[in-house]
Amino acid sequence: MTTTAYPRVQPWRFAHHWTREQWLQHILIGLVTLWLLIGVVLPLAPLVSRSLSDANGQLAGAANFVRYFRTPGLAWSFGNSLLVAGVSTVLAVALAFGYAYALTRTAMPGKGFFRAVAMLPLYAPTMAIGIGLVYLFGKKGLVTTGFLGLGERWLGTAVGWDIGLYGPVGIILGELLYCFPQALVILVVAASLADARLYEASHALRARPLRTFWTVTLPTLRYGLISAIFVCFTLAFTDFGVAKVVGGNFNVLATDIYKQVIGQQNFSMGATISLLLLTPTVIAFVLDRLVQQRQAAALTMRATPYQPKPSRRADVLATAYCALIAAAILIVIGTVFYAAVVNIWPYNLQFTLRHFDFRAVGGGGAAAFWNSVRMSLYTALIGAAVTFVSAYLIEKTKSLRLVRSAAYFFSMIPMALPGLVIGLAYIFFFNPRQWVIAGLAVPNPLNFLYGTMAILVLANIVHFYTVSFMTATTALKQLDAEFEAVSASLRVPFYRTFWRITVPLCVPAILEIAIYYFVNAMVTVSAVIFLYAPSLRLASVAIVNMEDAGDTAAAAAMSALVILTSVGVRLLYEVVARQLNQRTQRWRVRET
Amino acid sequence: MRRLSLFVVVVFVGLLLAGCAPAPTASPAGSAEKATSGEITVYTALEDDQIAKYLPAFNQKYPNIKVNIVRDSTGIVTAKLLAEKANPQADVVWGLAATSLLIADKEGMLAPYAPEGLDKIRANFRDGRNPPHWVGIDTWFSAFCVNTKELAAKKLAMPTSWEDLLKPEYKGLIVMPNPNSSGTGYLSVSAILQLKGEAEGWKYLDKLHDNIALYTHSGSKPCKMAGAGETVIGISFDYRAVKQKADGQPIEAVFPKEGSGWETEANALVKKASIKPAARTFLDWAISTDAMKLYAASYPITAADTGMAIPAGYPADPIKQLIKNDLVKAAAERERILQEWMKRYDAKSEPK
Repeated sequence: MTTTAYPRVQPWRFAHHWTREQWLQHILIGLVTLWLLIGVVLPLAPLVSRSLSDANGQLAGAANFVRYFRTPGLAWSFGNSLLVAGVSTVLAVALAFGYAYALTRTAMPGKGFFRAVAMLPLYAPTMAIGIGLVYLFGKKGLVTTGFLGLGERWLGTAVGWDIGLYGPVGIILGELLYCFPQALVILVVAASLADARLYEASHALRARPLRTFWTVTLPTLRYGLISAIFVCFTLAFTDFGVAKVVGGNFNVLATDIYKQVIGQQNFSMGATISLLLLTPTVIAFVLDRLVQQRQAAALTMRATPYQPKPSRRADVLATAYCALIAAAILIVIGTVFYAAVVNIWPYNLQFTLRHFDFRAVGGGGAAAFWNSVRMSLYTALIGAAVTFVSAYLIEKTKSLRLVRSAAYFFSMIPMALPGLVIGLAYIFFFNPRQWVIAGLAVPNPLNFLYGTMAILVLANIVHFYTVSFMTATTALKQLDAEFEAVSASLRVPFYRTFWRITVPLCVPAILEIAIYYFVNAMVTVSAVIFLYAPSLRLASVAIVNMEDAGDTAAAAAMSALVILTSVGVRLLYEVVARQLNQRTQRWRVRET
Repeated sequence: MRRLSLFVVVVFVGLLLAGCAPAPTASPAGSAEKATSGEITVYTALEDDQIAKYLPAFNQKYPNIKVNIVRDSTGIVTAKLLAEKANPQADVVWGLAATSLLIADKEGMLAPYAPEGLDKIRANFRDGRNPPHWVGIDTWFSAFCVNTKELAAKKLAMPTSWEDLLKPEYKGLIVMPNPNSSGTGYLSVSAILQLKGEAEGWKYLDKLHDNIALYTHSGSKPCKMAGAGETVIGISFDYRAVKQKADGQPIEAVFPKEGSGWETEANALVKKASIKPAARTFLDWAISTDAMKLYAASYPITAADTGMAIPAGYPADPIKQLIKNDLVKAAAERERILQEWMKRYDAKSEPK
């Protein structure tokens, strides 16, 4: 360190004005941008070009799109996807709204329990939700058969109820369960931003509760609601697992991509459908961004947090409502566990652990499970580190503004990318030994990644990047910029400030990111189903394979293992986080 | 009961080879390099529970060869194989429908190889060229899995023929594999078209479609669904039906009166820049007497005579159950028939 580096050198100045520290910073920012380019942006290029090519790679223009919409079965899928995503979004957001209201605006007991149960579907692969539904509402499901005939024996009449699971009904039920916790998280955060003074004012003006609801509650939740709707729609529109299990002959876009790519190995058509899959999610994403920008600070400095007052009627009602929904979630997940330990459903209900012996079924068995655990661990560790460092460099450094805003924009893109699209794009980008760019063949330097653990981890990090990145950025924004300014004026290098101050202060956020990566990597199937190698099977893909072959009990057993693992890791995290937070977050608590 | 010789029925494969003018003299087996260690990738459409029995036997004999199995339904494995033509991932194809291998061979994707013990393989179970491009191991054929409990509960008669499946009382109770992804699905469709002729065959399939509840991705799933009561009748294949009945599921294996469609499962060496020596070792083992005996425990018809009794639950004379089937024709028309099938039935995307 020879010269004083403060105030900072402008990016357009000549490089030799940079200090060694600035060089390092610039290189790091460059690396962040580079990894985002390789992981997010560049793989999209061959996806687009493939969608415009025929099966042999010749340019075919819009022919694939035309063919897609001319094939009646396929064109139906687009409408089907819109329909099921629309209906399940409306239902999920409505139900989650009530649930969030009960959690934040009433004094009902057992909030911690209800919150935890509502989050359960996040820890299950979506196929598992489908499997739970099959054992409840399938032809031989518990509900369909009136608890396997028990109802009839006890009550004297047939009590079975066939809801016609296979098709839109099943998909909507499954997506509803899948989206519910996602909507709930957003709505609870939005609802906790409420300003109690508004409620007090409303009360003082003797507004009736319903009027308060319309004039105070709903407006504060407006942006949360819009976000929840967009997020749920995107998830339900692009989810593959539920439709695969309970879709029957009802085709949706996500299963179409799978059929085209896995079933017929028609990658060009797969690329075409994946662009169609992308359209609504991109629109939802852009709209959401626009709306969120308009959100003025709902919470001003003087706002006071809302403390719900006990009210018997409201609390009882809220408890009953939440209990009903929590029961529904517990029953579906519980049924998966039950089905995993029953000998021959529905004819021999003896307890057995034989379905956990995966040797006689496909998918890779126990090895696949451990591969998934390993992959999730790597994703969590590397993902948390990469995400946090990237967010830090983009948020806290001052030079190379243009590059950093580009990197910020790249970081937002994965939010709009469904897993199937990422998986397919990665095949096109990483698999060929050479890229053909404008007629020129260039050897692909990244080909060595294909079929390795590394590409799976990279796909997972990218798939779940935006939410993690936002978490990191929010945590970093809470730290005063003075830290950097003071450090710089004291000539403490930025990396020391980062390591000694920024990281310890952000430990909760970093842990949160790691656990988010772990759980999602454990349950996701969409991004990895196109990318796993024969020697590197994964638990979630094994569930799909077993279900495909009709080994539903084994699929239930594998689902149970996955759920247990992700819930277990979450619990472990709670314990560790509490300890760590006590050590690193003492500063947040004022000693009195 | 002695295993029946098969060549009476299976003469048609030879037709393909007419142009190749083979001179079926014994070739020096093991002319190429082999190894007792290494790692190979094997594509297969054999049943998962079969692989679970077969593969440990190989591992025991060659503990230092690591076998990565890619198992999927016939149509999927075929599509994957063809899609990877430029950069093949598989070293060996094991137990894939001969019609699929004929297609891959036409694309020039198979390397000729005469595995050790080739002389024991019946002539009609192998590619007639020398060395052969593919070698068969067994034959599988269509069978219905009927859930007896559900049938009794609905007071329905047991179907015994393809024709029976059209009866209105079975509407919505039949599940069938999609021929695009499932080899079992294709051999059944192909059998009907060959039995009845194209025009009548499609008419039959149109009517059958009205009774079908679901087309599955895999050929074994209809039988597994029947075993779990999720459907009453599953159009599947012999091994699955017999196995699930033996496992204690309320399944009756029905072999249709008109006869069953069938296919030969075969092995091949994948042509690529560097062929791994362990791949040849695997192919040798895959037609060895040890392996044949394992196949014979699940299938009544194997490529080499094992002298083993026909497994319980099969027709006494399995050869008689097989229809006259032209595998070469079935391979040549696969693409066209599948397109037609897609156009007719896959497009109806309403639930059920």
